[in-house]
Amino acid sequence: MIRVTLPTNLRTLANVTGEVHLDVEQPVTQERILDALEDRYPMLKGTIRDRTSKARRPFVRFFACEEDLSHEPIDAPLPAEVVNGRELFMIVGAIAGGAPFLSIDPRE
Amino acid sequence: MAGVRVLVGTKKGGFILTADEGRKSWDITEPMFPGWEIYHIKGSPVDPNLLYASQCSGWFGQTIQRSDDGGKTWTPVGNEFIYDGVPGTHQWYDGTKHPWEFNRVWHLEPSRFERDVVYAGVEDAAMFKSTDAGMTWKELSGLRTHTTGPGWQPGAGGMCLHTILQHPTDPNRLFIAISAAGAFRTDDGGQTWKPINQGLRSEYIPDPDAEVGHCVHNLSLHPSRPDTVFMQKHWDVMRTDNAGDQWREVSGNLPTDFGFPIQVHAHEPETVYVVPIKSDSQHFPLDGKLQVFRTKSGGEQWEALTNGLPQEDCYVNILRDAMSIDTLESCGVYFGTTGGQVYGSFDSGDNWQALATNLPSVLSVEVQTLS
Repeated sequence: MIRVTLPTNLRTLANVTGEVHLDVEQPVTQERILDALEDRYPMLKGTIRDRTSKARRPFVRFFACEEDLSHEPIDAPLPAEVVNGRELFMIVGAIAGGAPFLSIDPRE
Repeated sequence: MAGVRVLVGTKKGGFILTADEGRKSWDITEPMFPGWEIYHIKGSPVDPNLLYASQCSGWFGQTIQRSDDGGKTWTPVGNEFIYDGVPGTHQWYDGTKHPWEFNRVWHLEPSRFERDVVYAGVEDAAMFKSTDAGMTWKELSGLRTHTTGPGWQPGAGGMCLHTILQHPTDPNRLFIAISAAGAFRTDDGGQTWKPINQGLRSEYIPDPDAEVGHCVHNLSLHPSRPDTVFMQKHWDVMRTDNAGDQWREVSGNLPTDFGFPIQVHAHEPETVYVVPIKSDSQHFPLDGKLQVFRTKSGGEQWEALTNGLPQEDCYVNILRDAMSIDTLESCGVYFGTTGGQVYGSFDSGDNWQALATNLPSVLSVEVQTLS
């Protein structure tokens, strides 16, 4: 069982509290976790990665085992601690950022 | 419940303000979608309990929410906005080619005629249509693929399709506006589009009388005179009396004709409201005084409406979708500010009062008159 945490805004969107627990086929990879997550919570499609290209959204990060896995290949096997559920797979909103054009006010 | 429902989108969530027909006492909901930018919330004219909200985030992208019970509960619906075919390029701010990229939904316009039809105006500029109440979206690509499309360029807030008006009796005629391409009209339900910018003059583009390239900020029409459309352009307030084929300026005695929203009175088709803003580089009211201006003669002659509005030290802005009206006998006019205030007037603008004073920065205001 894979344990996943979502950022607050996505927990609200998916109407979940706390961790999400997923059964993911071996070998467990970022891509398979996200596939399983979106299967269970279709409203999350497009919010973590692009629907078509599957590219991670620029201000979303993936952490596990105190490492930043955001730039690892999406089909790379994840650490055993994530696979056996001892460690969380964390989907995190970047601390800074959030506006695609930081110098421009939206709507003005 | 008979009364008024004010749908407010803000930078940090959505809010619904409600009152009965007397409009004396207002209830404000807890934030809906807290933490998300709510660009627009609008209800269906066919089924007033059917609401749509554009929910977006620089982190997590675009979501569309739908309520079937007047905003009590919401469900995420379709958020897949895929351009038809190979999107190609438009102009970037510096004139170079830039790929068409979906960023967000600026405006949702439920059909006046069919319950489950809703239009979405998006950035980068395109028009999408849903025929299943927001579950799936299909681009009306005749607009984006117009021969002028590769020459369109963004305004300061992005290249957004921000205004959609449907003709009151002909479902196939729609007016839209894009910053900074201009206004367009379709007469065949969105298959083909015609730029309707003749008469506009914009000194800040290479050809001031160009067919496209004008930064149109907002459009409004009265249902009894659908060929008459009023426009707040970047600078200039304009009107057309032939559905956009020719425009003329009606800024008249406005102290500044820069601004964002424009609205026509519910019962008087020649009564129009704007909120003059100092300039394109200083987005706040003149002299720190928040003034709505009203014409009762279709333009040219404007009067300042100030009773109840702050007349000193006020430096907020009123964005293009942040003004709306109700249709009660004594017409209500409402607007929201970037300072988080929502003001209402229940006597056509003569007197104003704050309905909310400490919301997040207001992006949009829509009003439903409930019977």
